Amino acid sequence: MMDTVLTIDRLKKHFVTRQGTVKAVDGISFSVQESEVFGLVGESGSGKSTVAYTVVGMYRPTEGKIIYRGKNIGQESRKRPKELRKDIQIVFQDPGTSLNPRRTIRQILELPLKVHSLSKDDKKPLERVEELLEMVQLPPSYMYKYPTMIGGGERQMVGIARALATDPSFVILDEPTSALDVSVQAKIIDMLIQFQKKFKLAYLFITHDLSLMRNVASRIAIMYLGKICEVALASEFFENPLHPYTQMLLSSIHVISDEEEALIPKKVVSRGEIPSPVNVPPGCSFHLRCPKKMDICSEKDPVMGEVSKGHGVRCHLYDGEAG
Amino acid sequence: MPTPLLEIKDLHVWFSVFKGFLKVLDGVDFVVWPGEKVGLVGEMGCGKTTMMKAIMRILLMPPATIRKGEIFFKGRDILKMGQGQLQEIRRRKISMIFQDPTAALNPVFKIGTQLRDVISCTRERGKSMTKGDIRRRAIQVLKEVSLPDPERILENYPIQLSGGMRQRICISTALVSTNELLIADEPGTSLDVTIKDQILRLIGEVVEKRGTSVILISHSLGAVRNMTDRVYVMYAGSMVEAAKTKSLFANPRHPYSQGLIAATPKLTGGGVGKGVPGRIPEYIDPPTGCRFHPRCEHAMPICRDKKPPFFEVNENHQVACFLFRDNQSHR
Amino acid sequence: MQNKMQTKLARTKELSRRWESIHRNWYKFSRNPLSIVGLVLVCTIVFIAIFAPYISPHPESAGKFVNFSDTCDPPSWGHPFGTDRFGRDVLTRTLYGYRYSLGMALMVISIMGPTGIILGLVAGYHRNTWVDTVIMRVTDVFIAVPPLILALAVCSVLTPSIFNAMLAICVAWWPWYTRMVYEITCSLKNEFFVQAAELTGASKVHILFREIIPNCAASILTKMSLDVGWVILIGAALSFVGLGAQPPTPDLGTLVADASSYLPDLWWEAIFPAFAIMVAVLAFNLFGDGIDDMLGEEKGG
Repeated sequence: MMDTVLTIDRLKKHFVTRQGTVKAVDGISFSVQESEVFGLVGESGSGKSTVAYTVVGMYRPTEGKIIYRGKNIGQESRKRPKELRKDIQIVFQDPGTSLNPRRTIRQILELPLKVHSLSKDDKKPLERVEELLEMVQLPPSYMYKYPTMIGGGERQMVGIARALATDPSFVILDEPTSALDVSVQAKIIDMLIQFQKKFKLAYLFITHDLSLMRNVASRIAIMYLGKICEVALASEFFENPLHPYTQMLLSSIHVISDEEEALIPKKVVSRGEIPSPVNVPPGCSFHLRCPKKMDICSEKDPVMGEVSKGHGVRCHLYDGEAG
Repeated sequence: MPTPLLEIKDLHVWFSVFKGFLKVLDGVDFVVWPGEKVGLVGEMGCGKTTMMKAIMRILLMPPATIRKGEIFFKGRDILKMGQGQLQEIRRRKISMIFQDPTAALNPVFKIGTQLRDVISCTRERGKSMTKGDIRRRAIQVLKEVSLPDPERILENYPIQLSGGMRQRICISTALVSTNELLIADEPGTSLDVTIKDQILRLIGEVVEKRGTSVILISHSLGAVRNMTDRVYVMYAGSMVEAAKTKSLFANPRHPYSQGLIAATPKLTGGGVGKGVPGRIPEYIDPPTGCRFHPRCEHAMPICRDKKPPFFEVNENHQVACFLFRDNQSHR
Repeated sequence: MQNKMQTKLARTKELSRRWESIHRNWYKFSRNPLSIVGLVLVCTIVFIAIFAPYISPHPESAGKFVNFSDTCDPPSWGHPFGTDRFGRDVLTRTLYGYRYSLGMALMVISIMGPTGIILGLVAGYHRNTWVDTVIMRVTDVFIAVPPLILALAVCSVLTPSIFNAMLAICVAWWPWYTRMVYEITCSLKNEFFVQAAELTGASKVHILFREIIPNCAASILTKMSLDVGWVILIGAALSFVGLGAQPPTPDLGTLVADASSYLPDLWWEAIFPAFAIMVAVLAFNLFGDGIDDMLGEEKGG
């Protein structure tokens, strides 16, 4: 029986701007178990990155709770206890901007060690840095280089090393390989999966790439305009996608083999674009693009309901309200 | 014997830098026939953008130098053309769609103004167009890319439109004049998956209708598989495999192509491969012979000495690898 | 034992890496030949400023000295720049003039540079709070007044002296640094690497000085280099109106001021010091451009 590491309970994060209130995250609930990889999928404007930033403490929630190992942690990072900051780490998406171009790799990796005074077993920070670099399969001489001197994949490995430097138990990965080529991506994902097994980490893995998600996550949730549309076990998700948006996403993927073609829903072709999060349509936020739209969809926002064990959908097609 | 629309022969492009020269393109051979959709697959840093810029001759000439090679467009060498002929080619024969639509549109001008500029620049010589003609043509071309309410879009600034719409507008600027060759550099990469799919389908439809040839550059194998007739795989400055798309995906021959396909995550699951070991070579001191040999598990002594030429494995399937020297697969 | 070897190896690598980075920086600096011209001129000026007493032909001319037998001599072999009304050697006074002007410029920049930078950092980091408002509005007030006017105003209140002229220029100059650093800090504050440092728990001091400042270094150093030229000019202007260095101090501006009423007859008294000012400003401008080339584009590989 696995423990729950993180529970998100009706989380909302709204930003007040001149154009109106941006409801980036608008009522999300899910939980992540110990040593699990939980995947969060969504396109731009879905709010997935905002979820990540709120959990890690860059933003304060507008409403709702974030419960980590039993404690409510809905505060900004600065107000959180140091122990917590060591335990939850994040790997950012863009390796170009997540490392300070004017600091050497060594300085970048030493920072978390120095802040948390981590010299394990009397090892000096320098040795720990070497250890970290070795762990991500980079030569120790890299510690004297600047981020601009190394490739994007390698920078991301440094980002991962930085996240693991404090020995966390929960790591948020915000599109860690979206900016990278497929062969570098494979290497990094392989490394991440190995670390997950070795250090018994729980991951909140965020990406827009469903093919990647299939091979990484054990449970997947899809977000659209700040709300979760569907959540299920990975295999169930792909074999039996229920929500029209899920089907639309799947049908947009360009696969490279015929076996995969069989999994793609043919009837749902993508159309329309995601509306601005300032002007969320009334009723179900997806109804303007939905090929299976019914009258009720433009009036009432559906609620998440469980269709089968572990498989939840938020759609009028399945909640018995169609009429 | 029909002439190819575009033919690159043994192109070598070097860049001059602090420590010497970056020998980026190392003998590129590339052919596009009229009406054909050709894909160019390669990872970041393999030189595909350099090659495209060389075709359009928009490479910054220092620090870039073209050491050797020719680029023939309908039989005439682009690299030797004068400004006048080059202008003609850019106006009416070859257009390019850039990767980032936001950067390709000028933020301080309305869409209508920018389209008007493109239309009047690319009109046929000697043919004059009135303001009304230009506007009608602009609306026509916006409709062709399925943009709703074109009249309103003409009055908008790029910032008021979404990424997908901006990309469609970029495509429309490329379609304005009668084009024979469209170079699409990673279209839709910076956009959402669903929008990217729409854009790729749009490009496919438009070129089918007009009979334009397309070079679709991408690092995404899936996009190339669905949208092209023939594919080139590029690594570190030269082509390693060239085949009909179906043939490549059914049976990739070059170890690099195989590595790429194995590394691509699949919807059917099965885990993620280990990728291709090693990293792209430094162009300042690239490996001798076949540039892939340091990363190749089948490397032989000859791979270090000589650069492999294309060997024909099947009809319309060529591989630049000494494993196929005798036209027989070793596996 | 092995640890010692490894640390030694690491240190050697670090040194060779440092050498390589110096080499690379030189390459970037020297791409424009004018930057090298600027560098050579700047070195010459600095050399003159330091060694003025040893290289001037008539060092006594720099101070209270009178030699009525040699007054108003046009340029000759004994006096390449001629002599002034008091018989003092103009060349010597010009060389000493560099000493005062450069010294003043360096003092001004080293005082108000850091002040302005720190204010800009703090204001930028606390954007949209009262700290930001207070600091930046005060900065705006100071920027609104042209620097020369402000310096004049301050100088006229204090007793004219070279020290007070420096003070005046300090007062007029710091806001430009504040504003520049403020803008860079505001844009960097939201970058992921700063967020990452914050999330790790780094102190504010660390973030301001270790994460943000290195990214401003290019702009700051370029501006400082260009400013040397500006400060020399403003100092000269202050002396010209009598509010800066007082005679017999051979500040370049004072030299031009004293001699200007005697143009065009005793042209050598005014023209050579004026030319010296021009060379100094030009030198630091070219040098500043070179610094900008060198530090500016760190991207790419």
